[in-house]
Amino acid sequence: MEALERRAALTGIGQSEVGRRLGRDPLELTLDACLAAIRDAGLTTRDIDGLATYPGAFGGNPGFTGAGVTDVHDALRLELDWYSGGIERPGQLGAVIDACAAVACGFATHVLCFRSVWEGTAQGKGGRKGIGLDGGGSGGGGRGFRASGAPMEYTLPFRAYSAANWIAMVAQRHFHEFGTTREQLAWIALNARRHAAGNPKAIYREPMTLDDYLGARLISTPFCLYDCDVPCDGATAMIVSRAEVARDLRRPPLRVEAVGSALRGRPSWDQFDDLTTMALRDAAAMLWERTDLQPADVDVAELYDGFSFIALAWLEALGFCGRGEGGPFIEGGARIDLDGEIPLNTNGGQLSGGRLHGYGFLHEACLQLWGEGGDRQVPGDPRVAVAAAGGGPLGGCLLLTRD
Amino acid sequence: MAEAPEKSFRVLPRVTAANEHFWRGGAEGVLRFLRCGDCGTWVHPPSPICPSCHGKGLTPEAVSGLGTVATWTLNHQPWVPASDHPYAIAIVELDEQSGLRLMTNVVGCAAEAVHIGMRVRVVFEEHDDVWIPLFEPVEA
Ligand SMILES: [Zn+2]
Repeated sequence: MEALERRAALTGIGQSEVGRRLGRDPLELTLDACLAAIRDAGLTTRDIDGLATYPGAFGGNPGFTGAGVTDVHDALRLELDWYSGGIERPGQLGAVIDACAAVACGFATHVLCFRSVWEGTAQGKGGRKGIGLDGGGSGGGGRGFRASGAPMEYTLPFRAYSAANWIAMVAQRHFHEFGTTREQLAWIALNARRHAAGNPKAIYREPMTLDDYLGARLISTPFCLYDCDVPCDGATAMIVSRAEVARDLRRPPLRVEAVGSALRGRPSWDQFDDLTTMALRDAAAMLWERTDLQPADVDVAELYDGFSFIALAWLEALGFCGRGEGGPFIEGGARIDLDGEIPLNTNGGQLSGGRLHGYGFLHEACLQLWGEGGDRQVPGDPRVAVAAAGGGPLGGCLLLTRD
Repeated sequence: MAEAPEKSFRVLPRVTAANEHFWRGGAEGVLRFLRCGDCGTWVHPPSPICPSCHGKGLTPEAVSGLGTVATWTLNHQPWVPASDHPYAIAIVELDEQSGLRLMTNVVGCAAEAVHIGMRVRVVFEEHDDVWIPLFEPVEA
């Protein structure tokens, strides 16, 4: 089987200002990121003939989306041959995977992909809301609100108002089956924080210790505050180009070696067959089915940490360690440091960098492969990176290589 | 007469013809799921067809109400004001079929006592027109 995603390459990246609560027009942030990515690739808006985003203009808690396909299409007066925006896809990066398919099929030559959030400003000082409460959730909130359809109907009546509760139960089962501990899980958060120190855009950059972590207030056991990512405002964009034209652009193209978009178990937060993992198990398996490269070939991993445990689950699913071995693997943090076996979440992830919702990971993977990580650059000229996003029933990943 | 214990705020489900058996079975003290009349598979959440044989002969049937805690979490975060933090959220697997499970709360014991493998039995908490299926420990 020929993996046709190899006809696609990442050719430019862009990111807006990122902050806890910027109070700026989310469409303006989005366009800042989009124009930066277009310039970074050495293109102009006239070259862009494809557009893809997650989740589109609708849905989610307040601030969950800052712009949809139509907003960006019209603001930049793009002339598009192909476009796609929506939430029912293999995780946040599913839109980028779709873009790879679009250029491989010849529907488009340069697809602008973006993700935009303003959850920090939308939530204000009140902090993160539960789904279905006080305006949270799609169409939810307010007096007399009734939950309808999965997952809301089968979670909210049981006072499980947040993915923090849902993912915490997966972590708890992992702890039970494999002996994973909070002291081990902490290293996802501690590693993110030490790497955030090298990222001027990161939300939290001051040092954090294991004692800080263990002393933080609990959210939903085994998760404490530092196991949960930090809502922010910001937008991220990247250009997916047809590989044969990518060679002539400003940057060395980053070829898409393989993608993972599979979901072979039930698409559910609580009905997945294996309660120690999630949809990402299947996405990761598919990625390795489509390439001769192996986990040992990967130089840097940018893995979704909306909750700390999700990154641990991605590490296992992608084969950087065995199933159930994630706890001991990350304990002490040496293996996932910049000079470790598999440098992880080099920009601080979402735990310390800010909840850019998946696209920050792909942006960082590209930056590392182009050697522009600055104070947080992985040494040794990294050439292979994996970027992955999604937890629960969401999961999608891409393996990138620089020739 | 003793006062009933204070009920926690809950977002209630919208009851429809498709899910009424699940949310209102508690009125008769039973927990019901759809079951395939052709192959016997229990189905949750409700679906118009059997996922095993694609038969359409699904009808609500009561389960024993006995199950095992498959996983749990203690919620500490005050998503809504409540006097009983932390409370236990759990996924309970019913005795009737491997994988027949639901998200729920474990009540009737200290939240800290909840653990994987705990044997539990359904109890119902009535709110307006629905009966929320919760679980309490089975006395040894
Ligand atoms: Zn059947």
